[in-house]
Amino acid sequence: MDNGAAVTVRNLRKSYRDVTAVDGIDLDIGHGEVFALLGPNGAGKTTTVEILEGFRRRDGGTAEVLGQDPVRGGRAWRARIGIVLQLASTGPELTVLEMVRHFASFYPRPRTPEEVIDLVGLAEKARSRISKLSGGQTRRLDVALGIVGQPELVFLDEPTTGFDPEARRQFWDLIRSLRCDGTTILLTTHYLDEAEALADRIAVIAAGRIVAAGDPASLGGRAAAAARVSWDPPGNTGRTTVQTTTPTRLVAELAREFDGEVPGLTVTRPTLEDIYLDLISEARP
Amino acid sequence: MTETGEPAEGGQRGTAAMLSAAQAAQPPPRAGHTHGDAALPGVWRLGVASGALEVKAFFRDKMAVAFIFGLPSILLVLLGSIFGGQAAAHGVTVGQLFTAGMIAGGIMSTSFQYLAISIATERENGMLKRLSGTPMPRAAYFAGKFVQVLMCTVAETLLLMAVGIIFYHLHLPTSPGRWWTFAWVFLLGSATCALLGIAASSVPRSAASAAPVITLPFTVLNFISGVYVPFNDIPHWMQVLGSFFPLKWMAQGMRSVFLPTGADALEPAHAWEHGRTALVLVVWLAAGLVLCAKTFRWQSRS
Repeated sequence: MDNGAAVTVRNLRKSYRDVTAVDGIDLDIGHGEVFALLGPNGAGKTTTVEILEGFRRRDGGTAEVLGQDPVRGGRAWRARIGIVLQLASTGPELTVLEMVRHFASFYPRPRTPEEVIDLVGLAEKARSRISKLSGGQTRRLDVALGIVGQPELVFLDEPTTGFDPEARRQFWDLIRSLRCDGTTILLTTHYLDEAEALADRIAVIAAGRIVAAGDPASLGGRAAAAARVSWDPPGNTGRTTVQTTTPTRLVAELAREFDGEVPGLTVTRPTLEDIYLDLISEARP
Repeated sequence: MTETGEPAEGGQRGTAAMLSAAQAAQPPPRAGHTHGDAALPGVWRLGVASGALEVKAFFRDKMAVAFIFGLPSILLVLLGSIFGGQAAAHGVTVGQLFTAGMIAGGIMSTSFQYLAISIATERENGMLKRLSGTPMPRAAYFAGKFVQVLMCTVAETLLLMAVGIIFYHLHLPTSPGRWWTFAWVFLLGSATCALLGIAASSVPRSAASAAPVITLPFTVLNFISGVYVPFNDIPHWMQVLGSFFPLKWMAQGMRSVFLPTGADALEPAHAWEHGRTALVLVVWLAAGLVLCAKTFRWQSRS
């Protein structure tokens, strides 16, 4: 049953009254893969993930998570997934260790609480009250509670929103170490660099649809995309830019034409950001 | 695809169990880590454990200790000191009347008021959603709440009884019959109030508004139920209004336990009305169960 993908989604649909949040999404996420769902706010990322987590019902399509329809996921299924949610800092008056222990007790095969606290970098705060944690520390606790059950699949919904750059780097290392354990990770983000740094594969979602999917290097035809060759022609007529799939030949021609250096010559390929911005602007209604 | 069977429990753990480079630097896997079937923990064990944890959290929470646990005793001392010297008649002092009523109010404070506020807060700050995403059986959550409420309510009642005995000549009952009345009024009253508290937790729309939204009607109820003011001293329409709610009957039941023989002549009905008290509480208990089943949500509406 689990020989196939960790997550399989076909033609997933969800509307809230007259607003279509998810408009026919297909996804296949393999075991052990880090998959990023990338898109602007309101694109349908969170709705998609909440359907897969079993928090929301879909209107149409099929979804299978670890071989199970999330709508029918029972305790045994929940023991195999981990959901990292953001908790407000107004938690109960318990210490980090008490809280992680409590959550560990729900699972048949948890990680040891001390090990998880160490893994997320909260060892020094293990005996501090949750209410005394800083924002970044609270988010680490969120991760600890999501992974303490030793899940096969972890959902992370915009995990680093509001992090400072250093905290983000540390968080990325944590995700990488989970990945090394063989954990499958589905992460949503609106940070391009985050998707690029962490994900084996990225799907760009905009207006409820997947507009591109692939590995970060080739996403949206990036590898094959036309290069831009620009230079300053003589006579001050303004800069000339040509898009071409054969930039080397064009530069050779220019070199012959100018008989030496081409003034102001640049050759660029689209960055992932260019591709991404093109993709989401095309999807706008 | 929707016809898939149950997931293979305990199987397919190979990937997650593989040690990574990151973990290899750490101590070897703990002895208790097995790769075979491991049973999901039972409801009662989890319920009792989470109840014990909630009791701990309750007594660490300054808001809960001051306004839920401490306030009834503070009010009892204040009201008793102001009005307590007066004799109500039939050998009953006003201090005794206040103590018996305040025990009922205290029971409702640690059951209804606390549960309503704390569950509303847990719903709005995302704790309920988070718990519902784990394999914790949902019954264990409620079992934990009942354990917590029972512990805190017993402690609250003992505290109020101690205040009454020390300051207001409260006499503990000596007959088994009165203790039996105490037991069922206590248990039925706290169970009813706990269920109503769980139901009322759905009313506040934010964590910040939970305390005022719950406390305001609860305070009014204390006034019209003979807790903050002796029941005989409030206007008739208030007595009638109060009679629709469980607190008036719990207070009356506690008066029947702690006041001297003959004090039933002071009641508006000139009787303790135990049958009617039980009936009203059971009706509210059933209503509370239905309301909980219909309204309980694990996620915030916002």
